[in-house]
Amino acid sequence: MARLRQCAIYGKGGIGKSTTTQNLVAGLAELGKKVMIVGCDPKADSTRLILHAKAQNSIMQMAADAGSVEDLELEDVLKVGYRDIKCVESGGPEPGVGCAGRGVITAINFLEEEGAYTEDLDFVFYDVLGDVVCGGFAMPIRENKAQEIYIVCSGEMMAMYAANNIAKGIVKYANSGGVRLAGLICNSRQTAREDELIMQLAEKMGTHMIHFVPRDNVVQRAEIRRMTVIEYEPQAKQAQEYRDLANKIINNTNLVIPTPITMDELEDLLMEFGVMEEVDESVVGITAAAEATA
Amino acid sequence: MAAMTREETEALIQEVLEVYPEKAKADRAKHLAINDQSLEKSNKCITSNRKSLPGVMTIRGCAYAGSKGVVWGPIKDMIHISHGPVGCGQYSRAGRRNYYVGTTGVNTFGTMNFTSDFTEKDIVFGGDKKLAKCIDEIELLFPLNKGISIQSECPIGLIGDDIEAVSKVKNKEHNKTIVPVRCEGFRGVSQSLGHHIANDAIRDWVLENRDGDESFPTTPYDVAVIGDYNIGGDAWASRTLLEEMGLRVVAQWSGDGTIAEIEKTPKVKLNLIHCYRSMNYIARHMEEKYNIPWIEYNFFGPTKIAESLRRIAAHFDDTIKEGAERVIKRYEAEYEAVIAKYKPRLEGKRVMLYIGGLRPRHVIGAYEDLGMEVVGTGYEFGHNDDYDRTIKEMGNATLLYDDVTGYEFEEFVKRVQPDLVGSGIKEKYIFQKMGVPFRQMHSWDYSGPYHGYDGFAIFARDMDMTINNPCWKSFKAPWKTEATESEPVKAVA
Repeated sequence: MARLRQCAIYGKGGIGKSTTTQNLVAGLAELGKKVMIVGCDPKADSTRLILHAKAQNSIMQMAADAGSVEDLELEDVLKVGYRDIKCVESGGPEPGVGCAGRGVITAINFLEEEGAYTEDLDFVFYDVLGDVVCGGFAMPIRENKAQEIYIVCSGEMMAMYAANNIAKGIVKYANSGGVRLAGLICNSRQTAREDELIMQLAEKMGTHMIHFVPRDNVVQRAEIRRMTVIEYEPQAKQAQEYRDLANKIINNTNLVIPTPITMDELEDLLMEFGVMEEVDESVVGITAAAEATA
Repeated sequence: MAAMTREETEALIQEVLEVYPEKAKADRAKHLAINDQSLEKSNKCITSNRKSLPGVMTIRGCAYAGSKGVVWGPIKDMIHISHGPVGCGQYSRAGRRNYYVGTTGVNTFGTMNFTSDFTEKDIVFGGDKKLAKCIDEIELLFPLNKGISIQSECPIGLIGDDIEAVSKVKNKEHNKTIVPVRCEGFRGVSQSLGHHIANDAIRDWVLENRDGDESFPTTPYDVAVIGDYNIGGDAWASRTLLEEMGLRVVAQWSGDGTIAEIEKTPKVKLNLIHCYRSMNYIARHMEEKYNIPWIEYNFFGPTKIAESLRRIAAHFDDTIKEGAERVIKRYEAEYEAVIAKYKPRLEGKRVMLYIGGLRPRHVIGAYEDLGMEVVGTGYEFGHNDDYDRTIKEMGNATLLYDDVTGYEFEEFVKRVQPDLVGSGIKEKYIFQKMGVPFRQMHSWDYSGPYHGYDGFAIFARDMDMTINNPCWKSFKAPWKTEATESEPVKAVA
């Protein structure tokens, strides 16, 4: 058996992390790889396309129902879906209460103690909440967990800004453990020269754009049926894109400690591509009303 | 050992500081001082109420200890929920010996531990629902409770539970005072902030309950005893003296106290503050809002008691002033007999203290009444206004040590060689093993009361039986001494 590769997917909220992860994992499974997905988001929507389910019962929810996490068995929370992909969700509280970060820590500890990381697995993918707001959401990239981080982004300013911030977080853990940035996945929003922009950003950050995933409505059509594109319409052009991404990840050896760029560098890059206009310092802090009277 | 000179004390401090790294040495140096009675302000010589250094053995507690353990816990007819994991409440349960009258579990709850017993799932999903359920269960099982306080442990602040909202809802539902207290242990540098937070919670959630309600008949002689926690019965021994001089004690804060007493306190004429550190905040608030003056008093030892009774009486008319003299006279024969009996056995004995926020200065007079001398003292969590009040009580060139570390305290005792050390349970066995007589001065070593004239007799007896205990003579292994001392034990009449 090849060494188990653990990968974490990060990126700005709403960028398409869960969709991309499930489609690429379906691609890996098609290629005969054994994969487990660990959803690390209280919304618990990281496995629905694999399981054809609304939302999987999460570790934390079942632990709360049973009394404590010690009362759970692995088979209660580990579900098997499309092409034997194993699925778990950490789960967590409703927005605004409790501590979702602690939920992720508890859930991953549970998986380790219960032996969820079996010998036959080739890949584990952690699909993590958009922002690394506290130590809990950094749990997947701590020692002995994910070694490869893929950041999903697009040519939009905030997505790139988030990607750069995540890279800063990786630097912190890269120095204390073995975690590395493995590449940017561009999930296209069809902005101008998007591929070039992300390639340049990747280069500046010391990594590469591993794949450019074009926008295609088939993804939404598949999602409505709670399926990945690969399962719903294997012949679709988009399915091939995800297969390509899966293949690139299998063969990826470009693992780096990233070199996050400064705010100024990022702004320069955005201006170069016309995503952002040059800031006119004379208008900073001037309200619309003040401008009108001037 | 003769009293140390200023130079010798200075040299001792320098020697003790020597082992610290530069940065720690500079910090600790500010907390160690040589007393100088000529100073008016302690900030000239000592720094206090600062974060303890990492790596040292500090003796301090936390904000939860200050709120639940000190201020709220003794209010006997309320139920105090230790909100969070079980340990904070269970390991501190009944530890302070706040005596009270009542039937525990029926109409009083002082020695019981109520906790929401947080587990992993309560952290992840939040504990507000569990807290609401706790309150409902308490109402069902202990219907005679007069109110509930929610004492926050650390996780409550970390996960942002809205205990105020739960309190408001349950207050309406059960028509009872329910007080959320944000005394998470990690707040502040010691238990001191917990006292302040607890005072503020009383101010915001309890004190105004009877504003505008004049149904409580008042007298010109109404006072409240503030900052007496009735440890071993202290407040009872104090209250009798106040009543004998003609005052009416409307409230005890908070030893053997009730929520009704606290609600009635804004009606009193004078607030009497014993533990200034833990309750000066509420006294100042009542002065501002209700125009009630407050004074500090000291009921340790006959000298300070007489001084205090006269100072209290000065706020009232001649009947009370005469009453104070009458009380002092009445107990005179009694306390003179105590002094006559114990002073010969204790005269000249030297004491080092390290206690919380009041006793490091308040018990000095009682020792002096017995002919003893306090040669070193310090506060776990005092502020500079406490040290201001300490300078005049201590002799010149004596040691002052703030937030003393385990190491410093041991070294000071080794060098000063006092006849008695008075401190807490964590220090007790270290010094006893060093062969130094020790009294636990937080809970009176399972004895007490020490307040009032009644307390003074017990205090004197305890100090005598500790210092003059024959066991200290058996400290050396027989084969290591030339001849074991065979001095007969002096019997106390």
